[in-house]
Amino acid sequence: MVDTHGEEKITASAKSILEVTKLQELVYELKIEEVMTKKVVTVSPDDTMRAMKEVLRMNRISGAPVMRGRELVGIISIENVIKALERGEIEATVGEKMTSEVQTLFADETVIHAVNKFGRLGFGRLPVVNRQGQLVGILTQGDIARGLLRQLEIDYHEEEIHRYRASHIFQDIVSDQTGLILRYKVQPRDFSRCGEAASKLKRALERLGALPAIVRRIAVVSYEAETNLVIHTTQGGELLAEIQPEKIRIIAVDHGPGIPDVEQALRPGYSTAPDWIRELGFGAGMGLSNIKTCSDEMHLDSKIGVGTRLEVIINM
Amino acid sequence: MTLEEVLRTIEGKLISPHADLSQEIAMACGADLMSDVLAFTHTGTLLMTGLTNPQVVRTAEMAGIVAIVFVRGKLPPPETVALAEEKGIPLLASQYTMYETCGRLYRTGLKSCGLFQLTADNWPHDAVPSCGPATELL
Repeated sequence: MVDTHGEEKITASAKSILEVTKLQELVYELKIEEVMTKKVVTVSPDDTMRAMKEVLRMNRISGAPVMRGRELVGIISIENVIKALERGEIEATVGEKMTSEVQTLFADETVIHAVNKFGRLGFGRLPVVNRQGQLVGILTQGDIARGLLRQLEIDYHEEEIHRYRASHIFQDIVSDQTGLILRYKVQPRDFSRCGEAASKLKRALERLGALPAIVRRIAVVSYEAETNLVIHTTQGGELLAEIQPEKIRIIAVDHGPGIPDVEQALRPGYSTAPDWIRELGFGAGMGLSNIKTCSDEMHLDSKIGVGTRLEVIINM
Repeated sequence: MTLEEVLRTIEGKLISPHADLSQEIAMACGADLMSDVLAFTHTGTLLMTGLTNPQVVRTAEMAGIVAIVFVRGKLPPPETVALAEEKGIPLLASQYTMYETCGRLYRTGLKSCGLFQLTADNWPHDAVPSCGPATELL
């Protein structure tokens, strides 16, 4: 049996008002060296513009860094070729026509630096150097787009792998009765965090490959049960999900105050919820009847001063 | 119906900056009672509500709601927007009342969630639960 405590820190509050998308996150995380083109086509300042034009054409590129030996001395682009053609100077050397004040990027900087620099300067490409000033790559805006897309795909693939691994738990672990127990602690009165346990359970079931319709029923049951623990208990309680290949058992237990009349509590519309809960759209006395509708079996036991135990079974 | 068409029909405002407006919705539901949302909606539903607290997003997540429209010109607090962003549920706002917002969408032929047969069974015999283009009762 595997026993997981659902106490990992939530990201919701940490993210707060900053709405950062995955793409924006990547722009700040990915290094330029991860997206740049490493195999750089370079030209010499002594080449003619005519020869350089051929290099661009053969390699299907629109510009190249100019190197004298191992030193980066300039940058030249198709635009320089066009200007040289207009003026009949196609036999001039690259050294005469290049831009010699070269703007560069550092390989270990994040992509956001490059995005800002491209935006500011309007260049088509920027040479990438290491901290020793040696040319290690070249970056175009197309490289950035391709790099981001590739990374997004990797992240998506990783979630797929999580899902694949999780869905094989029941095949990989052999016993006479395999079960996975997920245990979540629920705090009383803390309505802002209400639903976190149900949300984690829902995600776990999705990774285990449960059918969407079943996941929805389990989500509704666990969310309503969690809401009851938050609203009604004095010390909070526990939400426990026992997942087996053919069914899931959800148990919500608490240590008081207990329900005086269980039959009355089960009647749709009967509620003892305070006004502040009703203002939030809850506490209309539909919780237990919703749970009943979504479950294949339901048992509710309660004793005043001792506590309440709700047990639900949903067949997979 | 796509979210883009919804936005146009209700002359609404998009709250979530990165929402995919090409997402399809199959039916809609208007409710301020979250338990009713959990009880009566299906996956693929658009929810209209006057409540703006984060629990609306939680409820939507559990019930498989595609997107939420806040009616009566209400805008949600930052914590609701943040949670919706995390869960990937687009938020929209309508300056119209619940009645008019729903009415505008209903007029275009967007279906209602319908009722569970269980609820309908408990009705008196002379009452008709829905006379509109409701979805098949479960």
